[in-house]
Amino acid sequence: MFSDMTLFVVFAVVLIAIALPLGRYMTNVFFGENKIVGKFFLPIERIFYRLAGVNEKTEMNWRQYATALILFNVFGAVFLFLIQLSQQALPLNPQNFGSVETWHLALNTAISFITNTNWQAYGGESTLSYFTQMTGLTVQNFLSAATGCAVAVAFIRGLTRKSTHLIGNFWLDLVRFTVRVLLPISIVLTLFFVQQGVIQNFDTYQTVQTLEGAEQTIAMGPVASQESIKMLGTNGGGFFNANSAHPFENPTPLTNFVQMLAIFIIPLALVFMFGNVTKNKKQGYAIAGAMFLMFFIMLGVNYSSEINGNPIIDQMNISEPTSFEGKEVRFGMGSSSLFTTITTAASCGAVNNMHDSLTPLGGLVPLLQMMLGEIVFGGVGAGFYGIMVYVLITVFIVGLMVGRTPEYLGKKIEAKEMKFVMLALLIPSVTILLFSAAASVSDAGLAGLNNDGPHGLSEILYAFTSGTANNGSAFAGLTANTVFYDLSLSVAMLLGRFGVIVPLLAVAGSMAEKKIAPSGLGTFETTGFTFMILLAGIVFIIGALTFLPALALGPIVEQVLMIQGITF
Amino acid sequence: MLKEISTSIRMLLVLTLVLGVFYPLSMTGFAQLFFSSQANGSLITKDGQVVGSELIGQTFASDAYFNGRPSAAGDDGYDATSSAGSNLGPTSEKLMKNITERADQVRQDNDLSQTAMVPSDLVMASGSGLDPHISPAAAKLQITRIAKARGLAENQVDALVEKNIENPQLGFLGDKRVNVLRLNLALDAMAL
Repeated sequence: MFSDMTLFVVFAVVLIAIALPLGRYMTNVFFGENKIVGKFFLPIERIFYRLAGVNEKTEMNWRQYATALILFNVFGAVFLFLIQLSQQALPLNPQNFGSVETWHLALNTAISFITNTNWQAYGGESTLSYFTQMTGLTVQNFLSAATGCAVAVAFIRGLTRKSTHLIGNFWLDLVRFTVRVLLPISIVLTLFFVQQGVIQNFDTYQTVQTLEGAEQTIAMGPVASQESIKMLGTNGGGFFNANSAHPFENPTPLTNFVQMLAIFIIPLALVFMFGNVTKNKKQGYAIAGAMFLMFFIMLGVNYSSEINGNPIIDQMNISEPTSFEGKEVRFGMGSSSLFTTITTAASCGAVNNMHDSLTPLGGLVPLLQMMLGEIVFGGVGAGFYGIMVYVLITVFIVGLMVGRTPEYLGKKIEAKEMKFVMLALLIPSVTILLFSAAASVSDAGLAGLNNDGPHGLSEILYAFTSGTANNGSAFAGLTANTVFYDLSLSVAMLLGRFGVIVPLLAVAGSMAEKKIAPSGLGTFETTGFTFMILLAGIVFIIGALTFLPALALGPIVEQVLMIQGITF
Repeated sequence: MLKEISTSIRMLLVLTLVLGVFYPLSMTGFAQLFFSSQANGSLITKDGQVVGSELIGQTFASDAYFNGRPSAAGDDGYDATSSAGSNLGPTSEKLMKNITERADQVRQDNDLSQTAMVPSDLVMASGSGLDPHISPAAAKLQITRIAKARGLAENQVDALVEKNIENPQLGFLGDKRVNVLRLNLALDAMAL
């Protein structure tokens, strides 16, 4: 208990200590002169530009930016789809896996990885060749994160530039972030992970004779190089089926700690970067403060629910912790609970314990965090532009209350922007609720359930929430590799990704065209404690209004039934 | 538009070459050079034979070995090509039945009373199905049985368990734990 509290505090301190300088560095990468670092990286980046035919002098308006982004992602998906279907003819396939079994599974995985979701309807070690893992999945782990970051950077340009329709060059943002941020940190993480025991080889699976004389075949592969970007890019798709619970992905409590840091450092650094770019660091601190506030509330609920455990099991003379199904001994309660809260606060979706076996209220936390849109630090880029939706709504509501035209950073927020913001808020919410409703009344939807009673509804709700929010964690008991789930989740993932990105790029374009008015006496301050509380409050109110009925039928009623000792 | 399409495809191919080929290959090179044991799975050999990985749990069912946790990986458990948890929820009747049966089995194997407390990790499956560890309490519960099966003194076995307890990293990361394969190897070494 005491060591768990130490863990939570130390984590927060180390996180801030890394994110502050990283935020400064990233400010330099995207908005700075880049004299020193640029000298080293620019020649490398120019090779990319030349080979791809990019003119680094030109910038794009929001439509061009969105077009480039979508085209790039479409081809990424097509490429990944084709690799999976032809892996039997490609190299680095020591287990001789055939092409990925069904076209709809391959499609689901392709869309899942370009949208930064990394939903796993497949089991990595039993389905995918090393070639597919490397050239398909690892690559999209980088590129989907870089896509998200590009949108965040373009959005910041929209907010801080004036009287222009240009919001940057997608190709430059993509390449810069990959070359200057993702790749160097991934290299360091990879080597650290290997030192701790994560495997990195191209061997065939090893068959050993166990002490009791049985045979055990152990899956191998180039895991560490994928593991690092899986966490850093808030992707979360494991090399193995069991993801970060697998000892070859996450062998020690220390790798677990570093993996959790890797999820959060870039999202938090982006918030600090925002403060730097607006020339008012407090703008960033206020948002970061609201995020920390929401984070610790969520962590508190999850941790206390897990520690309280399961009263049904209490009666069987099993010693505490009674909520230990699906958890690993090396992590224990604290590191499991912290990981669960982090991976769903961000859009990572890696798991080091099985969320399906969490206590009902413990499982409500990841579910709710994803429903809110993963804006508590959130995914790389996605967390930042996600919280901006709520920031603009907060500013708008406050503006209405005092009867002034709402403005943010000196820019008037008008009907046009609010329409797009509402689209970015409504598209994911509607997607989650409609698909879940459809699945829970159809035979195809119910066929996949692993648990009965309200927990079954939670499994369905979790799947569509995770897909739409581009998280990728699961109540994994649900058999998701069916035509129905593969296809419906593919649509949900696309809507949840591009149904937010495109409206927000439109907002960025529209904001860039506006003038910046100097702040006056009547200007609502978007820094400081009041704004922080307002922002967190708005997030929770909108989330509760939208999702409380669904949550009441799933985890909340299950918690009540569990206390009464009812099983299904 | 044609230009954008061409740029997209070319950019994707160049990035795939760097991130999907060059990066993992060079990382493998470094990993094999500097940390070859870990990079290849932390395999443990006994008498020149590979008997498993330090990080991957394996099935121990006999009375003479410390037993690990229940496993949902593969059909028979501890299938290291098919990692998985049970994914049974907190109000699952099946989970409750599994736990009751396992607890009864543990009590029976170790000559405990019908109402004796059993550590939860010993009756609940791990997330990966490959958890190499058990809690110190789960190891200590098995000492009497193992001493009897091997004809050793209980305090000898107890000392061995104590010696094999791994502490939290840096004092606060993770829980105290015992690596089952390591402990059983030490047990075999002691008998010789």
